[in-house]
Amino acid sequence: MSSARLSQQTIVFGIFIVLFLVFSLLLPGFFSASNIVALLQNVAILGILGLGMAIVVIGRGIDISMIAALAVPPGLVLQMVNDGYPVSVSVAAALALVIVFGLVNGWLIAYAEVPSLFTTLASGLFLAGLGQVAFFKLDLVPWPPQLDAIAGFGRGSIVGIPMPVVMFGLTILVCAFLLRYTRFGTYLYATGDNPLGARTIGIPTRPLILRQYVFAALIAAFAGMVMAASIGTMQTRIYNSTMIYDVILVVVLGGIGLSGGRGGVLNAVTGTLLIGTLLNGMTILDMSYSAQNLIKGVILLIAILIDSVLNPRNEETAQQGDI
Amino acid sequence: MNETLTRLRYRYWPDHMLGEILSKRWTETAIPVMVLIAVAFGLNQAIDGFLSPASLTAASRQAGEIGFIVLGMALVMIVGGIDLSVGSSFALTNFCALFLIHVLKWPVAAAIPVTLLFGALLGAINGILIGYLRLRAFITTLITLIVYRSIYDLLILQYSNAIAGYLPDSEAWNFIGDGDILGVPLIVLVYAAVAIFGHVFLTRLRAGWHITAIGGSRRSAYNSGIAVRRTVAMCYVACGVLTAVAGIFFAARLSTTGSDIGLGLEVTVLTAAVLGGISLGGGKGSVAKALVGTLIVLFITNGLVSLSAPGGINRMVLAGILILAAVVDIRWLKNRHRIISKVYVSPTYHALPPCPSTAPDSDTAFAQNDKLRNVDAIGLGRIEAPEDVILDRHDNLYAGSRHGDIIRFFPPDYERMEVYAHIGGQPLGMAFDRQDNLYVCIGGMGLYRITPERKVEKATDETNRSWRSVNDDSRLRLADDLDIADDGRIFFSEATVRYEMDEWPVESVEARGNGRIICYDPNTNSTHTAVSGLKFPNGICIASDGRSILFAETFGCTVKRYWFDGPKKGQVEMVMDNLPGYPDNINLASDGNYWLAMVGMRCPALDLAWRMPGFRRRMAKRLPVDEWLFANINTGCVIKFNEKGEVLESLWDLGGKNHPMITSMREHKGHLYLGGILNNRIGRYKLADADPGYVQYDKRWGKAS
Repeated sequence: MSSARLSQQTIVFGIFIVLFLVFSLLLPGFFSASNIVALLQNVAILGILGLGMAIVVIGRGIDISMIAALAVPPGLVLQMVNDGYPVSVSVAAALALVIVFGLVNGWLIAYAEVPSLFTTLASGLFLAGLGQVAFFKLDLVPWPPQLDAIAGFGRGSIVGIPMPVVMFGLTILVCAFLLRYTRFGTYLYATGDNPLGARTIGIPTRPLILRQYVFAALIAAFAGMVMAASIGTMQTRIYNSTMIYDVILVVVLGGIGLSGGRGGVLNAVTGTLLIGTLLNGMTILDMSYSAQNLIKGVILLIAILIDSVLNPRNEETAQQGDI
Repeated sequence: MNETLTRLRYRYWPDHMLGEILSKRWTETAIPVMVLIAVAFGLNQAIDGFLSPASLTAASRQAGEIGFIVLGMALVMIVGGIDLSVGSSFALTNFCALFLIHVLKWPVAAAIPVTLLFGALLGAINGILIGYLRLRAFITTLITLIVYRSIYDLLILQYSNAIAGYLPDSEAWNFIGDGDILGVPLIVLVYAAVAIFGHVFLTRLRAGWHITAIGGSRRSAYNSGIAVRRTVAMCYVACGVLTAVAGIFFAARLSTTGSDIGLGLEVTVLTAAVLGGISLGGGKGSVAKALVGTLIVLFITNGLVSLSAPGGINRMVLAGILILAAVVDIRWLKNRHRIISKVYVSPTYHALPPCPSTAPDSDTAFAQNDKLRNVDAIGLGRIEAPEDVILDRHDNLYAGSRHGDIIRFFPPDYERMEVYAHIGGQPLGMAFDRQDNLYVCIGGMGLYRITPERKVEKATDETNRSWRSVNDDSRLRLADDLDIADDGRIFFSEATVRYEMDEWPVESVEARGNGRIICYDPNTNSTHTAVSGLKFPNGICIASDGRSILFAETFGCTVKRYWFDGPKKGQVEMVMDNLPGYPDNINLASDGNYWLAMVGMRCPALDLAWRMPGFRRRMAKRLPVDEWLFANINTGCVIKFNEKGEVLESLWDLGGKNHPMITSMREHKGHLYLGGILNNRIGRYKLADADPGYVQYDKRWGKAS
């Protein structure tokens, strides 16, 4: 089984190389410095989100409210600063919002035992509605100059590497450390592999699930800040987009099985590279938004089909109502 | 004073109903219905004319469209899945209908079936992926949601102008869109027809049962031979078709292909389904629930629109309700049986006068002795649980056994035994009728008859349903003992209508009149309840006047008389009250008196507890069942009493050394045969001064030639 997983990751990486070469040769403007930088920047945000999603998926959950968490709290920071609040207050307010949001998600999933997809579908909708009603006056929130002091993590570059990419690298390190060297990571794999078994041997699975969703929300908000800093605005309508499917694609294509307990940081990185390249290529090909979605949807469908063959659901640990 | 209040409170407040109502399946639909009424009432107060006929007619068209999709969603959810792609399917089928009629200019009669087929195709894609390839329903339909939506967006880009540029001149098409019959919109009529069929389908047809079975437990359904994969796939197809029906009505009504059609519809539909009480994870749901959920959601969204709330509020409210309903549903499903088991046992006030003394030196007829110390054991270790024993006129001894058999022992020494008849339930009281048929009360099954040819026949297993009972009391749960009147009518007791056979000791905790006496008439093959509200009625014996029966109320500690004929017909009269123990079966004695078995003796602790219902309720809620205070059934006795209710003598085996418990006794030719429901033997006691030729059958029905 481990050889099969290894080969899936290798295959995906190989496809990425081939795709990259083909696009470089055939698409005018693909292999230009500016495009590579743009590609990396886009990929960086997707990658950070993918890492957050990876943590949740390894713990046998899914979080489709990540885009709302990406848009609303950072949007709140920008809006509050624009409205004249001090930076510290704005950041604290947004941080509180993210943590509460993650806690509510986690509580609903871990303690109220509502399926994760269902919870996050509704909670994302709720958060988006909240932003629309209570926080934002316009769909587009500009980056206020007062925040330029902390714009460093999304703007500029270090030794030619754009900051978002650096941040992506940083997130990789943090996540890898969490998953490999901490008790949280070990418990996470155990819980994802067999939740009931993990509970039986004394792992506090409920608090663990709670932390997992708080972490995902924090990562999403972090990605949102990086994105806002790098673009200079926050497009709050982003939660209407299909970006969450890209994130799921990253995870599933990278080889992190949706049945939990499998995969790691490298899988997410590989998936990110492939999807980033694909999206960039399709944009250069001037495909319409709908056509892109169609292609992504079909690829995702094929990916989970393969995933269900490689990582079949364990009927013994699958729960009633696990849809 | 305080105790008087307790007595009145438990007399008039129906505690037992709460548990019975909660264990009804319709309570799950009742809660959403109450929410619906509250929502409708509240909005009607807030908005003028919210429930006016005009506004309702307009809303009903929209309700019908969403209602069809909710029905589809309900079906898919009952089978254990979910379909998030309904919004996009709705948009696509709407487009399909418009494309066929506006662009290809097909006749309506051809366009409708093709659109339905198209909906089936969209559903079939989901069905194959989820049913046959066993992908996860949630993630799969989330993807088909995107795929279908992209296809729709690509299509309208190309054809929306062509569709908008042509107006079909079809009466039928307009009629579908805004026609009505007798003021009722067409869509409401179609919805009603589909809903009625859906209800019959889910509750009465084989395929509907299969769907519920798969949702309830997929593995068990597979193991019992249901075609799980095909059934699941067909549910998605049905969902697609129902969505297409909604799409057709929508197309006919508005003829538009805006890019926001069906956007986010899945959340509305899902909220409706979950609010109605259709469980995530499957196995539970009904058409009524789908309808109620649809109406609640529609009232709320329409109400918000009328109150001109911004779009974000709408989203938040829907999402909030969705999560709230899901949490309630999941917690309820998980804890329902726990709540019911906590509130079902509802003890009531039951005061008895101080217990008469049974001490050896008390100088009463109850004075304890050791007369039963030297009874013979028949079938020791070879029979289990002979609740009642009976002998026929050829001296054969019959007894029931826990394994569902009637055992026959052969005279003279009763060493040899055989299975006389196999019934399948536990035999309790027994009696022979004039034609040598053996009538037996079978716990959990009813009244059965074994003919002399050993054929087992059901006499009756149901009686008339009383209109005041919440529990369905038409089925017999615990038929206990019987006797047969001269005209062949059979009177038998049913100990409780609230518990099953194995839970009978709980009745001693409750001490409520849950039992009844039922009359079965073999001449007309009819059954009716004669007396109800009795505290564990048990033994029954036709009195010597032939017009009344004597019956024992075990936890009432009384023996009463009920006249079924004669001038006092229908009356109940006390014969013995405040017995020192719990009376069980009653049978004739050779000297014209009656034998009465005492299954156990009263003890001060339970007597006190019976006057403290609150204490017993807390006990039932907080302690595990095996630590409850039950009635003592370890030591009992046999007493003989006369027609006036005077106790003449008692027979004891203190400590139960030789014959532990006694639930029945039968006199035959100078011996008393003793049965006990927890015993592994039948006792045989030599009566000193009894008629050595006494045979109960002969006494009852006359000597046979």
